[in-house]
Amino acid sequence: MGITTGSGFDFDPAVIKKDFPILARQVRNGRDLVYLDSAATSQKPVTVLDAERSFYENTNAAVHRGVHQLAEEATDAYESARAKIAHLVGAKPQDLVFTKNATEAINLVAYAFTNATLLASQGQTLAPETRRFVLRPGDEILVTEMEHHANLVPWQQVCAKTGAKLRWLPVTDEGLLDLSQLNELVNPRTRVVALVHASNVLGTINPVRQIAERAHQVDAMVFVDACQSVPHIPVDVEDLGADFVTWSAHKMLGPTGLGFLWAKGELLAGMPPFISGGSMIEKVTMRESTFAAPPKRFEAGTPMAAQAVGTAAAVDYLSALGLSDVAAHDETLTAYALDKLRSVPGLDIVGPKSPSGRIGAISFVIEGIHPHDVGQVLDDEGIAVRTGHHCAWPLMQRFGVPATTRASFYVYNQLSDVDALVDGLQRVKKIFD
Amino acid sequence: MQLEQMYQEVILDHYRQKHGSGLRDPFDAQVEHVNPTCGDEIMLRMQLSPNRREISDVSYDAIGCSISQASASVLHDLVVGRSVGDFKSAHAAFVNLMHGEAIPEDQMALMGDAEVFAGVSKYPARVKCALLPWMAAQDALNRSIGQAS
Repeated sequence: MGITTGSGFDFDPAVIKKDFPILARQVRNGRDLVYLDSAATSQKPVTVLDAERSFYENTNAAVHRGVHQLAEEATDAYESARAKIAHLVGAKPQDLVFTKNATEAINLVAYAFTNATLLASQGQTLAPETRRFVLRPGDEILVTEMEHHANLVPWQQVCAKTGAKLRWLPVTDEGLLDLSQLNELVNPRTRVVALVHASNVLGTINPVRQIAERAHQVDAMVFVDACQSVPHIPVDVEDLGADFVTWSAHKMLGPTGLGFLWAKGELLAGMPPFISGGSMIEKVTMRESTFAAPPKRFEAGTPMAAQAVGTAAAVDYLSALGLSDVAAHDETLTAYALDKLRSVPGLDIVGPKSPSGRIGAISFVIEGIHPHDVGQVLDDEGIAVRTGHHCAWPLMQRFGVPATTRASFYVYNQLSDVDALVDGLQRVKKIFD
Repeated sequence: MQLEQMYQEVILDHYRQKHGSGLRDPFDAQVEHVNPTCGDEIMLRMQLSPNRREISDVSYDAIGCSISQASASVLHDLVVGRSVGDFKSAHAAFVNLMHGEAIPEDQMALMGDAEVFAGVSKYPARVKCALLPWMAAQDALNRSIGQAS
């Protein structure tokens, strides 16, 4: 069992599924679990669970503290994990910050702007690399209408505290970003463009590079929420053209409790600290402190070492599969699902209806039946989907729906899971029509 | 069978044909309650009788799942024309029902169609759907009474 054998592996989700103990369980009185909620969180292969357990059994110590052997080994495991995770996205390890989750990573950057602006308003002399983060009334922050609350609310907060103005790229009826006004919406007043790489609701993969090129013409910084893309498609932070990229471990087969912020080194160097305390300092006196260089400046407190080690095992697992093959498998499932779902009367896809240019997160509504009721009946069949606004309430408003049902796929899903979903939807129709 | 116990025909009938839906004038208090985890919303108005002892109307505009919609419809049937005291008893009984507790016979008599919601208590994630209109009505009643004093 296990797919960590490297080359020559035949991508077979039925084999892969055996590596995920939870997928063997039954739910709701003996129904086989059909897990279609990986966009919320993925399940974890046994190699990830073993890696965490092995860390606690053999290596556990607080990292970056102490001189004893365990501390040395734990620190090495933690930093090796950083290097491996950075390598996955073509980043340098020193440019990768570990956070609690992606939401914290977004706040880390948002607070760099708020804090730099606050320090400047108090007359402090700031280094040139920090002055880049000072906002003034009239400055603009551009987001999109398809952002997760995590990449919207922090920027609303930045605007409320600094006087900057929030603007957004609209979404078309097809679920794509409307770029017709891009050159007006990204203008010399724009300081930040924050956007999602792949929408957690629509599945749409956005043309980040094109938008980043325009943003850089006017010296705006580009922040990319890659939570749904890094686990599912090959992502290289340099190719993306972004200045900041965030994602999280738990959606890519890793544990909860670990998120990532990648940023260009010169930008990290200019960012004031967000969460302060132990580990992030250079020198402390009773009067004041100076701060460590990134990434440690942004990693106050005892860090999540076991989770980092678990995530390194998740990266090994994904690398053995190959992200291109993961993406191709997603697309196969998505194409099959989009086709099959068409057979359900009254069902409407919210998002692109073609399987290319999107990830395997498919949102839909069924006329006259609320998504919670859809999800409840599917649950009775053992099928786990997400229902609700998916932390993207403005996008629900854009499409005039209170909520959607979302099925999302990953490496362990099979075409038969899609069949189960469609059969489940027939039962939904039977109960509510 | 558990699912069928939640989605009883009475609930589905109320969902398909909601009683008392739509906002009406006059009203003593209007409240808006949302369920931030799922996005269900209800705008609810309450009008008390001139002597403030009776609920003369409950009107509402709600979006949400079958459980929250049917709950609002049943609430309307149950409390309009009843005394404030009856509402409070029915409210307490409904909350207990949602927590899976046994309801004494005398309280059950006040519940009418609301007793079919017993099956919802088996699904913790849906309890808040059933409670949404009742919490809004409680809030509206408090405001209506507060306004009078």
